Amino acid sequence: MSLTRMFGLFLRHFYLITRSFPRILDLIYWPTIQITLWGFISNFFASNTTYYNNAVGVILTCAILYDFLFRTSIGFNMLFLEEVWSRNFTNLFIAPMKIGEIIASLVVTALIRALIGLIPAILLTSPIFGISILDLGLYLFFLFLSLYIFGISLGILVSAGLLRFGPAFENIAWSTMFLLAPFGCIYYPIETLPEIFQSIAYCLPLVYIFEEARNILINQTINLSDLIKAFCLNGVYLFLSISLFYYSFHKARQKGTLINIGE
Amino acid sequence: MNILVEVKDLKKSYGSKLAVNSISFKIHENEILGLLGPNGSGKTTTIGMLLGLLKPSSGEIFIDGKKIEDHRIETLEKINFISPYIELPKKLSVKQNLIVYAKLYKVKNITERIEYLTEKLRLNEFLNRLTGELSSGQKNRVSLAKALINEPKVLFLDEPTASLDPEIGDFVRTFLENYKNEKKISILLASHNMNEVTRLCKKTLMMKDGLIIDSGSPSELIEKHGRRNLEEVFLKLSRGNDS
Repeated sequence: MSLTRMFGLFLRHFYLITRSFPRILDLIYWPTIQITLWGFISNFFASNTTYYNNAVGVILTCAILYDFLFRTSIGFNMLFLEEVWSRNFTNLFIAPMKIGEIIASLVVTALIRALIGLIPAILLTSPIFGISILDLGLYLFFLFLSLYIFGISLGILVSAGLLRFGPAFENIAWSTMFLLAPFGCIYYPIETLPEIFQSIAYCLPLVYIFEEARNILINQTINLSDLIKAFCLNGVYLFLSISLFYYSFHKARQKGTLINIGE
Repeated sequence: MNILVEVKDLKKSYGSKLAVNSISFKIHENEILGLLGPNGSGKTTTIGMLLGLLKPSSGEIFIDGKKIEDHRIETLEKINFISPYIELPKKLSVKQNLIVYAKLYKVKNITERIEYLTEKLRLNEFLNRLTGELSSGQKNRVSLAKALINEPKVLFLDEPTASLDPEIGDFVRTFLENYKNEKKISILLASHNMNEVTRLCKKTLMMKDGLIIDSGSPSELIEKHGRRNLEEVFLKLSRGNDS
């Protein structure tokens, strides 16, 4: 693995973001809107339901966590699609970059993109709604890390589809997170889902992450086994997505998709 | 002279369709080989395999003695490519694009290399402008600078002067000739511009339906087929009759 090459690919996206104020604004705009909206909904629920009485910021905190997941996953896909849209795809894949270097570089860049959008939104929640996500304490880091790994896994999975099937897969890239959101039990406990959906939900790390976030905020207790389950599942999904990316690259070289995408 | 590119019995099929059918050729150091053929003859597929973008169904490709399938990264470090069908990121300045690709190719003296290419390809006046704002002639020179950023031993050119005005086209051809002579690199030139091929190439391959149907220097082919120029030879061979 070459740090120089990985830095080179990072630099390509860093230049792109820092050169354009509208791009930076776009990164910040949606998380802020999303979190402000959920902030008001959260306030309303807190004063009208018993479930959230003890933790005004539960919905808002979960909204911030979900948005981080969403931005990370979409961010990875965007970085990949950027090469397709700018017709730079061939240049990238004829450069002497290992697949692992491409993935590693985009993983770091996606995190930076997500944080650019999320940090201002998080800073807004405290003065406007009197809520701080930092109430989650040290475990906040583990929840974010777990979401980051899952978001990246999804991003790599969808990018593998783009490699294999070409730009026609782009619509799937946008819809993945919306498809998984109901199973993630972001704003409600898993018992809310019908039994068959619960079985699916238990296969996703999201359920454990969001259950744990609510548990910390509402009950002020920590269930480490939830976090461990989430990390174990994340390990499986990350391994599968990276394997699939390599497989898709191999298939794309056989089928000629790399040339078709590039032009 | 060293052989920098060696292609042995190369085949590529998509299902039952044979896109490239058992082609073999060599490109020596300090040589420009022309690759001619009508659309769909297998030129792009061949270049795709030489760039490592396509996996051959069978056969072997050696770049500077190394088999590309076994030493992908090592061989990619020694080659580069230019085509009017691919572009550099439009929202980055020319200089930023060159820096990015210099990093991707692990170029050691980036500043010196960019200065050298800037001077040789006359990029000075628009080095800090967005690549997307340039004219096609300027973009072409920037793409050429990117293709030379890693001092490649082998350069693959797919219609390098398509859509350029005669003055810029001539500048690019002259530059390529001089650069090749100075650095002793090998060039594979796929082009539909027969005057360009006649001027630059000592040897050409004629492809049709995935096969190499003829080869030789432009003058040899003109003489062999009893035509006045390479364009007439091309038309005869691609139509497959004496018309």
